[in-house]
Amino acid sequence: MHHASNTMAQNSTKIPFWRDTRVLQVLFQILFLLGVFLLAGILYANMLKGLDNLGLNLKLDFLRNEAGFDVSDTVIEYDPSNTYLKAFIVGVLNTLRVSLLGILCATVLGLFIGISRLSTNWLVRNIAATYIEIFRNIPLLLQILFWYTVFGSLPAARESINLFDTVFINNRSIYFPSLQQTAGISSWVGYFYAAAILSVISIFVLALIFHRKQVERMEEGDDIGYFTHVTRAAKWSIVPVFFIVAIIGWFLAPESPFVLGRPELQRFNVEGGIRFSAGFISLLIALSVYTSAFIAEVVRSGIQAVSKGQREAARAVGLSTGQTLRLIILPQAVPIIIPPLTSQYLNLAKNSSLATAAGYDDLFRIGSTILTQAGKAIPVFAMVMANYLIISLTTSAAMNWYNRWVNRFNR
Amino acid sequence: MTENENTSNDPIIICEDVHKWFDDFHVLKGITTTFKKGEKAVICGPSGSGKSTFIRTINRLEEHQRGTIIVDGIELTNDLRNINLIRQEVGMVFQQFNLFPHLSNLKNITLGPIRVRKLSKRKAEEEALALLERMGIADQAYKYPSEISGGQQQRVAIARALAMEPKIMLFDEPTSALDPEMISEVLDVMRELAHSGMTMLVVTHEMGFAREVADRVMFFDEGVVVEEAVPADFFDNPQHERTKLFISQTLQH
Ligand SMILES: Nc1ncnc2c1ncn2[C@@H]1O[C@H](COP(=O)(O)OP(=O)(O)O)[C@@H](O)[C@H]1O
Ligand SMILES: [Mg+2]
Repeated sequence: MHHASNTMAQNSTKIPFWRDTRVLQVLFQILFLLGVFLLAGILYANMLKGLDNLGLNLKLDFLRNEAGFDVSDTVIEYDPSNTYLKAFIVGVLNTLRVSLLGILCATVLGLFIGISRLSTNWLVRNIAATYIEIFRNIPLLLQILFWYTVFGSLPAARESINLFDTVFINNRSIYFPSLQQTAGISSWVGYFYAAAILSVISIFVLALIFHRKQVERMEEGDDIGYFTHVTRAAKWSIVPVFFIVAIIGWFLAPESPFVLGRPELQRFNVEGGIRFSAGFISLLIALSVYTSAFIAEVVRSGIQAVSKGQREAARAVGLSTGQTLRLIILPQAVPIIIPPLTSQYLNLAKNSSLATAAGYDDLFRIGSTILTQAGKAIPVFAMVMANYLIISLTTSAAMNWYNRWVNRFNR
Repeated sequence: MTENENTSNDPIIICEDVHKWFDDFHVLKGITTTFKKGEKAVICGPSGSGKSTFIRTINRLEEHQRGTIIVDGIELTNDLRNINLIRQEVGMVFQQFNLFPHLSNLKNITLGPIRVRKLSKRKAEEEALALLERMGIADQAYKYPSEISGGQQQRVAIARALAMEPKIMLFDEPTSALDPEMISEVLDVMRELAHSGMTMLVVTHEMGFAREVADRVMFFDEGVVVEEAVPADFFDNPQHERTKLFISQTLQH
């Protein structure tokens, strides 16, 4: 017996590597990767040779050349004498701007419509249902063109529609008031240093008071520790102190640190304020509305996935409908909603490449212009694709992180 | 007679000819009955006979369509204020517990007192811990519902209902979803609650509990109260054929 078990033990430690599954698995993966690299290398070499024969190359030097074309609606300063690279960056920023704002608007709208879709009120419920059916079933391209046409039929610049001297709309643009810094900003910021010092003092004083109070109340020696007092004191110090100092500082500063720069209607055009082009607004509205219809459905199904018993239990302890939604239903629906919501966000970002239809200079449109002018199809395409990929992967990563954060209590 | 010393003669729930339909389906066909303050009523009957629907009309989780229900002097109508008042006076315990899975056991209990009774967090937690102590599960306060047993979950659910300081407690088959070995721990808590003088309407098939605690047993079938009597008469001397059949089937289990 003893002898037999001994040989068995030896057997299990000494497997020849060509029979060891652990070794084989790793080996196969290495071989597979090698194969993939080899194939990619051959294809790449082949492509270079082909391009060479056509007199083309993959060099990115052309990016330093002057772009020569204008972009009407930009986030950063740009003029036609800038390089292709700068133009490209302008495109990236324009895509990011419309995507991020679109995601924000679509989420707020979608949440609102999705909740309305489940309202007990017949009219509200059916309006929401109609909204969803209309906007998710009309092709996005048509919707972009629709809003663009609506914009185009507005009065010309010199007859801009004036909303309370604050917002101006014409067939090319929309103007909002903008916040403008003044000379007062530096002294206002100075008060924040004072706030920081005050907060620290306040934390120590409050922590001491909390500690004293607890010592008075202490019966069973249940000391919760000084650190708890500090965090609690911080909670009651930092926000109020900063808030109060920010307000007092605002009035103490020689000049208000910010003023509202209102747009003004001049003889031929609107000046001042912050301007958005008709193309941007049409695209933003179309993307937001279209995606919100899908998000509404995601929200609706997420809410419905929370069991009926949860709502009943909440109502039975006397919570109002609003409290039930906010405290019971949504916290449980959000983890269900996040994965399909992520793919709606990705769709929105990718759909923003339909910007051309509204004449908005996004990444895709500027990429196409560069491509036509510089004749560098492959590098430009690769750059455009890489950028969409980066935007999408970043969105996914952010949403995955949020998903983990939301699920942190689920074991 | 098992007439409870806690029971007064003041009615606390009055039902007059209560009818309820689900679309075309007539679920409650004219229930008329009165529950007195401190009374313990056990409701039994075959599945689908309308027991749950009946007790759910009493805190208006279901609306009745005809007749009147008056709870502690407040008539149940579409008046939102009345509904909110009633829900604070009537606690409910469900078959499936329905604890809030994203909140700790303690927070499950303090949610109502903080949000509806407007207690301070500290006061609400003190009360909640006292209730958990009474339920015999003080050590489970900071766990989540998914981390404790079914019997413990149901006791947290009872504590959650009691935290609103209700005058009436409704129980809808509180032990039916439990493993056999956990039934008694929940029944013990309910027995203690009964002795404290709470008005209780309990849908259950626990006949031992009914015999011991109930002032009255009501037998539901197809949306009507077929028979009601004190437990001794109900079990030992049932009048109706359907009651007899039901009792013999239930006791066989
Ligand atoms: N929300 C509802 N919609 C339609 N029918 C229902 C609903 N709830 C219960 N019912 C029906 O009403 C009848 C009584 O149900 P219930 O009161 O739950 O019976 P019990 O609790 O006695 O088993 C059953 O036939 C059930 O199918
Ligand atoms: Mg039932």
